Amino acid sequence: MKATSGRGLQAYVILYLLFLYAPILLLPIFAFNSGTVIAFPLQGFTTDWFAQMWGNATLRRALSNSLTIAVSASILATCLGVFAARASTRYVFPLKGGLMGFIMLPMVLPEIIVAMSLLVVLLGLGVQLSILTVIVGHTLICMPYAIAVLSTAFSSLDRSLEEAAYDLGETKWGAFRLVTLPLVMPGIISALLISFTISLDEFIIAFFLAGNEPTLPTYIFSQLRFPRAIPVIMALGTVLVILSIVLLALGEYFRRRGNARIGAKPTGGLL
Amino acid sequence: MAGRRLDAEGRAGLALISPPLLFALLILAAPLLTILATSFLTDGYLEIIREPTLGNYAQVFTDPIVRVVMLRSLGVAAMVTLVTVVLAFPVAYYVSFHVRPERKAMWLLLITIPFWTSYLIRVFLWKVILGFNGVVNTTLTGLGIIDAPLTFILYNVNSIVITLAHAYAPFAILPIFIALEKIDRSLLEAGRDLGESRLMTFWRVTLPLAMPGVIAATLIVFIPTIGDYVTPEVIGGGKIPMIANLIQVQMLALDNRPLGSALAVTTMVIVALVSVLFLALNRRFLRGR
Repeated sequence: MKATSGRGLQAYVILYLLFLYAPILLLPIFAFNSGTVIAFPLQGFTTDWFAQMWGNATLRRALSNSLTIAVSASILATCLGVFAARASTRYVFPLKGGLMGFIMLPMVLPEIIVAMSLLVVLLGLGVQLSILTVIVGHTLICMPYAIAVLSTAFSSLDRSLEEAAYDLGETKWGAFRLVTLPLVMPGIISALLISFTISLDEFIIAFFLAGNEPTLPTYIFSQLRFPRAIPVIMALGTVLVILSIVLLALGEYFRRRGNARIGAKPTGGLL
Repeated sequence: MAGRRLDAEGRAGLALISPPLLFALLILAAPLLTILATSFLTDGYLEIIREPTLGNYAQVFTDPIVRVVMLRSLGVAAMVTLVTVVLAFPVAYYVSFHVRPERKAMWLLLITIPFWTSYLIRVFLWKVILGFNGVVNTTLTGLGIIDAPLTFILYNVNSIVITLAHAYAPFAILPIFIALEKIDRSLLEAGRDLGESRLMTFWRVTLPLAMPGVIAATLIVFIPTIGDYVTPEVIGGGKIPMIANLIQVQMLALDNRPLGSALAVTTMVIVALVSVLFLALNRRFLRGR
């Protein structure tokens, strides 16, 4: 009885994983297919699409914009996140629940509403739309994720380590810099990586707040309407998949190292 | 003395939280309040007339197009949530109860990897998979199972549901998994020892204890799907809009910001009401325990 039900469940899980991986498995197939139409049957093997991708000037501009935005937004979100995570794990202060809930709000707010309300205000103030406005928007939506990761890191800190530093004559800032910061560094790095990944893939805010500047997702979106452009997008998608798997593995590595450092058991996932 | 110390700690905490708080006030609260205020103003030609009105809300609740789109968004979000949570539960159950502890982290990573790839490309690939000359239809016709391409998955609400159910799968699996992990395994043995069958133990012990995770999963899937902009745009080609697309059209293309704002506010109220409903359900389950 147990063996059969277990096997049935296992078969279902394998089918489900196939469903989860279906798009990713198709991506490289079409990226190396020489046919210009994204459909079966396949034509032949080619690496042309990768070469075309490399030679595309707009794509390069979109990539450099996206990287600028993702690096700036992830650093800003993580810096702001350190303040919030430290405050919420270490101090008791009035309205704590409400204030933290408000800061975490972008996590549960439909992005279109964040984007539209910000756009209305920016246009009303006469602010020129550019990658700067996208950085501001991305910092806002990355911050709650950074705080979630950082809070775990800060809450597993042993308070007596800081107190020992005070007793040994360190100032508050000195203790933070010499004791706390190194201990939460793995958390900071995973917060940076998660924010970076979210920003790199974010479409709606970039679409409405970037003005005429392309980012990778808005460039992809603009190309999806042209059937001729799709194979290059498939090649780009393949590169992006590999890149995010590398980033994800790095984040996981730092998280585990952090856990090992504070003596926690290496369980659970990134989220 | 105690009060003074609390005061000092309170002040230190508030000082520490002020940078992210100020940022959120400036970039989130101010725009949301602007939207709220705009939703009560009158739309004039090329400008907004500063004349308070409830007309925008009257239009939101009576306009047949708005009603169709709103009901479609709610229907799609409810359907996606149901499909995603029901499909995800056995997977979370498998990882929690049938996978060896040291391999659980690897399984979770395996489940989250597809989620870290470009959202737009994933949505587009579902259009390719389900499309007229797509993977599903060419395979099935090639094998001689069907003569003509299946039409019920072609660029319609069903394909939107499938695409979104894929996009939010990890969001449903993780909270259910966490709830299942917290279940004390000896409770299940107790159920079996008291003569319950495996199925009844699952029904009367495991499922109720997993409910907080199921409710969290429901909320985490429902909220972003009701506001999804990309999937209707890419899969439906703009012909089957959801509420996010309507907000965008009113705000930008038709330049009717008061009506667009009223739509946005209504959407937020609906999302908030659904959240409160589910959180209340969750509280009842927790008390029942």
